Amino acid sequence: MAIDKHQTPMLDQLETGPWPSFISGIKRLRDQHPDARINAMANDLLGQLEHSYETRKGYWKGGTVSVYGYGGGIIPRFSEVGKAFPASKEFHTLRVQPPAGNHYTTAILRQLADSWEKYGSGLITFHGQTGNIMFIGADTPSTQHFFDEINEYGFDLGGAGPCVRTAMSCIGSARCEMSCTNELKAHRMLVNNFVDDVHRPALPYKFKFKVSGCPNDCQNAIERSDFAVIGTWRDDMKVDQAEVKNYIAEKGRQYYIDNVITRCPTKALTLNDDDTLTVNNRDCVRCMHCLNVMPKALHPGDDKGVTILIGGKRTLKIGDLMGTVIVPFKKLETEEDYQSLVELAETIIDFWAENGLEHERCGEMIERIGLATFLEGIGIDPDPNMLNHPRQSSYIRMDGWEQAAEEWFARRAEAGR
Amino acid sequence: MAEMREPIESGCPDPWQYMHPVMRKNFGQWKYHEHPRPGVLRHVAYSGDEIWTVKAGTQRILDLFTLRKLCDIGDRYADGYVHFTLRSNIEYLVSDKAKVEPLIKALEDAGFVVGGTQNSVTMISHTQGWLHCDIPGTDASGVVKAMMDELIDEFRNTRMPNRVHITTSCCQINCGGQGDIAINVQHTKPPKINHDLVANVCERPSVVARCPVAAIRPAMVNGKPSLEVDERKCICCGACYPPCPPMQINDPEHTKLAIWVGGNHSNARGKPTFQKLVAAGIPNNPPRWPEATAIVKRILKAYKEGARDWERINEWIERIGWPRFFEEVELPFTKYHIDTWRGARASFNSSSYIRF
Ligand code: HEM
Ligand code: SF4
Ligand code: SF4
Ligand code: SF4
Ligand code: SF4
Repeated sequence: MAIDKHQTPMLDQLETGPWPSFISGIKRLRDQHPDARINAMANDLLGQLEHSYETRKGYWKGGTVSVYGYGGGIIPRFSEVGKAFPASKEFHTLRVQPPAGNHYTTAILRQLADSWEKYGSGLITFHGQTGNIMFIGADTPSTQHFFDEINEYGFDLGGAGPCVRTAMSCIGSARCEMSCTNELKAHRMLVNNFVDDVHRPALPYKFKFKVSGCPNDCQNAIERSDFAVIGTWRDDMKVDQAEVKNYIAEKGRQYYIDNVITRCPTKALTLNDDDTLTVNNRDCVRCMHCLNVMPKALHPGDDKGVTILIGGKRTLKIGDLMGTVIVPFKKLETEEDYQSLVELAETIIDFWAENGLEHERCGEMIERIGLATFLEGIGIDPDPNMLNHPRQSSYIRMDGWEQAAEEWFARRAEAGR
Repeated sequence: MAEMREPIESGCPDPWQYMHPVMRKNFGQWKYHEHPRPGVLRHVAYSGDEIWTVKAGTQRILDLFTLRKLCDIGDRYADGYVHFTLRSNIEYLVSDKAKVEPLIKALEDAGFVVGGTQNSVTMISHTQGWLHCDIPGTDASGVVKAMMDELIDEFRNTRMPNRVHITTSCCQINCGGQGDIAINVQHTKPPKINHDLVANVCERPSVVARCPVAAIRPAMVNGKPSLEVDERKCICCGACYPPCPPMQINDPEHTKLAIWVGGNHSNARGKPTFQKLVAAGIPNNPPRWPEATAIVKRILKAYKEGARDWERINEWIERIGWPRFFEEVELPFTKYHIDTWRGARASFNSSSYIRF
C-alpha cells in the first residue's frame, strides 16, 4: 500500500553533501522497508521533523512509560502535533546498557536489529552521550515487548531519572598500551552492584560512573561523571632508551626539546648529552604527554592502580564541576580490592542519598556542605593530593587543630612513613 | 496481570563474549601502537600479535539498513568484531593486515568516511534535538550533518596540531559535553507561562527548586495557583520546562547558537579545562546553519595555522592570549564574555600581564 508521503523540502537539503545523512536513513525506512508499520512511522517522523525545521520549534513532551517491574530507563515522548503525524505520535526511546567498553560482534548487533525491527521504528544510536544504546521510537506496548525480548538474551535497560545511570569505560586493556587497570571489570562491578538503583529512580538526582584506563581520560570521566575511575601508576615510568634515541634520530633534537622536554608540566624530564632521557619520577604527575608522544619508548610503571574523583557534572545547576580527587591511589588487583571499590561507591551514594537535596548532584552537595564534611561523612581522611592548594581564607575556627595534627602523624606512622 | 514477566536484572553485559580473540588473548599486554594512515591504527602486543583498527564516521543515528550494511562489511572484512567510540565512530578490528585496504575500500564505497584518528577533527558528539528532546532550541543531528559535510576533509586527514573534539548541545543545559569547540544552543527569552494549565500539570515546589537562579516564585494568577518568573534574573536555561510543560521555553525567533572553545578533558600537559564562550547570537538557521559553520571553520583555520605541534585549542589560546584569539578569528569581544557566575572573580586578570 502506497503511503501519502510528507513533503520535506528542508530535510531534503540534509541529503546533499558527502557526510552520511540520517535523513536518507529515515527515508530508506519509509520507502524500502517491507513492514508498513515502519514505513508509516518513518513517514510521520519525517513530517514532524520537517514541521520543526519550518517552525523552528520542538514538539515532543514527556510523560511516564516504563516496563513492568522498573521505574526508569525509558524516555517517554508524546507528540504535541500527533494529530497530524499519528504513526509517530508515541515515539519513546529505550536506553539500553551496552557491553562494557562498547565491544560487539556483528552477530549481536544483528540480533538487536532484528528485535528492534519487530517492535520499533528501526532507528538506533550507538551511543548516546551517557553511554546507552538508544533505541529511538516505539509506542507504549512495544516498549514492553522489545524489552522482554532483548532482556531474555542478556541486555538490560539503563537509567533515566534520578538514579544510577548507565556507566562507560574506555577500550583500555583490550587494545591500549596505556591502560593501567581492568576497565571492564571496574565498570561492571560498579554499575551492576547498583542494578536496583538503576531501575528504580529514588536518588536525589542522576549518578554516573565512568572508567578511563589512564589519565588521557578518553571517557571524559573527570568532567562528566559523579564517580570517575582513572587508571594510573606510582612507581617509575618505563623507559626504553634505544627507542628514545630512535625517536630523536627521526625527529631531531630541537623538535624533541620543544615537544617533549619543555612540555612536561612539572619539568620532570631531562635530555642527556648522549640522547638518553632521564625522568625525575617523584616530580612526574603522570599527565601522559611524554608517553603519548613516544608510545614505543615510554610505558606506565608496574605498580598500577586508580585515582578516584567524585562530583563531576555538566552545567545545571551551579555550573560545570570537575570531579575532585577523593582517593589519590587505590590498588585494583585482588577481588578484595574490587570489592572495596564497590563499597566505597555504596558509602558515597548512601551519604549523598541521605544528605543531598532534591535534584542536587553529588558534586553540588559537596560544594554546599564543604569537602571536609563530605570526607568525614564517608570516612576518608584528608590528603594534600585532594587540593590544588591549602586554604586561603582565614575565617575558620581551628580549635580542633592539635587533635587533627596528631591524627595525621599517627596515620603516617601506621603507613610506615 | 498474570502474564507479566519479571525482568532479569542483569545490568551491563559481559563484553568478553563480543571481543576480538586477539584482544582477548592480549588483554592488558599491549606494547605500543602506530598510525599507518588516517583512520587506521596498528596495535602491537608483547606477544608479537597485532590488531588493526579501521575507524569510520557514520550518521550516528543508524537506520536498520545502515546498521546491517555496517555488519555485512564487518563480516566480510573484519572477522565480525566492532567497537564504538565515545564520539559514535565505528571501529572494525582486524588481525590480518591484508584485509585492511579492502575494508577501507568497502567502507568508502558504501558511503562511510574513514578517518577520525590522531590529529583529525573527529566526529561531533551530539545530543538529540528536534528528533527527540523536549526542550531543544534546535536540531542536533542536522547541525552535525551540515557541519561534517564541510569538515569532512579534516576528518579524513590529520593536519591539525593535535586532535580536535567538537560537541553540540541543543540547549545550554549542555548534555553534549565539553569540547575544543562546542556549538550550543541558547534560549534567549524567559519561558512563556500558560497559567491555566500550571495548577493541574506542575508540582510547583519542585519547579521552583529546579531553577538555578531562584527566578521562579509561586503566584496567584486569575485566581488560580500558578508560577511567575522574575525575568531580570532568568537565564533562560529551560530547566523548568520538563517538570512544568506549561512553561514553554521553545521559541522560534529568540533561540540562538553560541560557540565555546577550549574544553579539554585530557590531563596531558595540563589539568582538564572547561570551555569558554567566544561567539553568541548566531542565527538558528535550519536546514544547514551556515553561519555557525563559518565561525567554526574560522577557528579551525586560525588554530591550524597558529598552534604548535601537540597544542590543543586551549593550550594554543593560553600561549597567544585571548585578545589575539579574538583578533585572529575576527569575533567581537563584549560584556557578555565577562563571567557573572559563582567564582567569576577567578577569571579576572589580577596581574599586569597585558597582551599588545
Ligand atoms: C527531559 C528532557 C531531556 C532529555 C530528553 C534529555 C536527553 C538527554 C540525552 C539524550 C542525553 C545523552 C544521554 C544518552 O544519550 O544516553 C542527556 C545527557 C545529559 N543530560 Fe539530559 N535530557 C533532558 C533533560 C535534561 C535536564 C533537565 C538536564 C539538567 C537538569 C539534563 C542534563 C543532562 C546532562 C548534564 C547530560 C550529560 C551527561 C553526561 O555528561 O554524560 N538533561 N540528556
Ligand atoms: S583512557 Fe587511556 S587507557 Fe583508556 S583508551 Fe584512552 S589512552 Fe587508552
Ligand atoms: S607523564 Fe607528564 S608529568 Fe610525567 S614526565 Fe611525562 S610529561 Fe612529565
Ligand atoms: S542539550 Fe538540552 S535540548 Fe539537548 S538533549 Fe540535552 S536537555 Fe535536551
Ligand atoms: S528558564 Fe531556567 S532560569 Fe528561567 S525560570 Fe526557568 S529554570 Fe529559572
